[in-house]
Amino acid sequence: MAESTEASRLVEERSEYKWGFVTDIESDVAPPGLSEDVIRLISHKKEEPEFMLEWRLKAFRAWTRMAADAGEPRWAKVEFPPIDYQALSYYSAPKSKTLKKSLDEVDPELLATFEKLGIPLNERKILAGVAVDAVFDSVSVATTFKGKLAEVGVIFCSFSEAVREHPELVKKYLGTVVPVNDNFYAALNSAVFTDGSFCYVPKGVHCPMELSTYFRINQANTGQFERTLIVAEEGAHVSYLEGCTAPMRDENQLHAAVVELIAMEGATIKYSTVQNWYPGDKNGKGGIYNFVTKRGRCAGRASKISWTQVETGSAITWKYPSVILQGDDSVGEFYSVAVTNNRQQADTGTKMVHLGKNTKSTIVSKGISAGHSSNAYRGLVQIGPNAAEARNHSQCDSLLLGDRSAAHTFPYIDVRNATGQVEHEASTSRIGEDQIFYCRQRGLSQEDAVNMIVNGFCKQVFRELPMEFAVEAQKLLGVTLEGAVG
Amino acid sequence: MAKDLMLEVCDLHAEVAGKQILNGLSLELPVGEVHAVMGPNGSGKSTLAAVLTGRDHFTVTKGSVRYQGQDLLAMEPELRARAGVFLSFQYPIEIPGISTAYFLKAAVNAVRKHRGQEELDAIDFLKIAREKAKLVAMDESFLNRSLNEGFSGGEKKRNEIFQMLMLEPTLIVLDETDSGLDVDALRTVADGVNALRSAGRSMLVITHYQRLLNYIVPDRTHVLAAGKIARSGGPELALEVEEKGYKSIAERAA
Repeated sequence: MAESTEASRLVEERSEYKWGFVTDIESDVAPPGLSEDVIRLISHKKEEPEFMLEWRLKAFRAWTRMAADAGEPRWAKVEFPPIDYQALSYYSAPKSKTLKKSLDEVDPELLATFEKLGIPLNERKILAGVAVDAVFDSVSVATTFKGKLAEVGVIFCSFSEAVREHPELVKKYLGTVVPVNDNFYAALNSAVFTDGSFCYVPKGVHCPMELSTYFRINQANTGQFERTLIVAEEGAHVSYLEGCTAPMRDENQLHAAVVELIAMEGATIKYSTVQNWYPGDKNGKGGIYNFVTKRGRCAGRASKISWTQVETGSAITWKYPSVILQGDDSVGEFYSVAVTNNRQQADTGTKMVHLGKNTKSTIVSKGISAGHSSNAYRGLVQIGPNAAEARNHSQCDSLLLGDRSAAHTFPYIDVRNATGQVEHEASTSRIGEDQIFYCRQRGLSQEDAVNMIVNGFCKQVFRELPMEFAVEAQKLLGVTLEGAVG
Repeated sequence: MAKDLMLEVCDLHAEVAGKQILNGLSLELPVGEVHAVMGPNGSGKSTLAAVLTGRDHFTVTKGSVRYQGQDLLAMEPELRARAGVFLSFQYPIEIPGISTAYFLKAAVNAVRKHRGQEELDAIDFLKIAREKAKLVAMDESFLNRSLNEGFSGGEKKRNEIFQMLMLEPTLIVLDETDSGLDVDALRTVADGVNALRSAGRSMLVITHYQRLLNYIVPDRTHVLAAGKIARSGGPELALEVEEKGYKSIAERAA
């Protein structure tokens, strides 16, 4: 192919089709390329109802138009060679992943990182793609969780299962927060996504557990186009933890996920992410492109959606977990730590769209750039004409390590109601040599000193994370910034 | 028979940003003694503290420093600290988001580990910390506050002495610990320092003014001028400085 770029070559190298194709084209992997036929194949393979196929095709047509018009969005402060979407394969059965027989077959460097993070042994196996023995039967664990959740009426399952078992809920809510034509990557995801998570919390139910362990076990091998949909009915409450603190060696180059959250009157959804996809090597070779659309809708009065993210991985991060504050008195929150090292690039932030009266939003963004990396905060605070007495407070702090990294802040503020109140604070600082020296003079190593200072900088965000996640996030920060100073 | 030396500075030359600050400074600090180092601004007092603790950008061009017989200059800053060298900073640094207790527990345990002692757990640490905090009249609530953040000048200095009490160093360098302190705070800080005076410990009290030395009475006093010691004497030398000023003493030496 004439347009065979470095990126597409890498994608090809890394996609599973090399192995999958040979064994069984028809059953495991779709041929590379994107067309209506491929969409039909995906929908067919997944035995989806007609409405899903229609929805996917609508998305595909929207994507095709966008691809023809302007192509990928280029406004973000990130650089990458054009992606050849026709070189990707858009369907591979999850089982096609070849499992390693034991941890002995896993990259020792990866194991060393697990050790540092204190990941339990069985989880290490799952993360590294090792077949898990009967002692830790993920299926039975999952069933136990499901039973407990079912008792209170919470539905929590894979997206495919939701389409099969609860098509009416999927049909009612899918695409209502992120429409199929929302943006280039969301459209692509809508057309070709193969799986993800679905969660439905009925009226008045306080979800009895953090939805985390289950996810870590079950979704670790989800492909590159994930779809998540969470609905909290009136007065419901759910806390959802996404991702994994271990450096998963997912070999997919492009990740384009979509997450939709819907909170009805008085409902609360707390969504926490710790993302540590493969960032590429020191020279920027390889690594994940994490192009994600995450958005929540506070549909009912006094509802609340809170995003907390710790982004340390991926070669490129492009994501803006947002909240549409539709219900009066609703609350949106965004707490973010984004760390970039070496040649990583991040353009991340949020959108708070105030539509209802007396709505309130809080943004706390902490960007840390080390090495040759570039880290941008991009955020929109919009106060609509009917959003009387809406308030926002934004705080964006950047910390620079070394003298070759960059930090940027792009705040957009759009206020159309005179009673609105918007506050924006921003700071950029370099990690202080005198701070590091002070720590070392007290006996701490340079590495521990940097970790401590950076963790202190991120504290406001970390305290929003569930306890066990916060501890791992701290350690992860240490791993990411290893060798960043000195 | 000469006393055992804690610190032996020999013909020390050091520069910062290409500017020569120390010009052949020699100093012997025996084990168990407290020496005052006085001098006007720019005489090299703080540079001496920086060189002894291994600060970046201070380059030693000539001379040597031995600490308990070891080559101090060859050691990384954290190794010097773990080996018992403590600097009370003239301007203590703030670290937002990290509590004093958390920071100091990590420091204490780094030192204990180096000494082959068992690390303290949170409960034991807090028990000791509360006791020591009383010695410098610190309310224990400051243990949970971010390190030095929003502390007054006096609180910062007391926090330095508190850390010193916790770390139990062998060689203590006080860099202008009296600056910015009122009389009461000065007394508190001095009480903390005096509590650590012992036969096995030595101190270098760097100060511009004599008044601190009313509370921490030195065994010997050295006066710095142009990067080397212009005169040495007993505690009375500090009073002479106070009376006649640095200029006359430097001139007499020359």
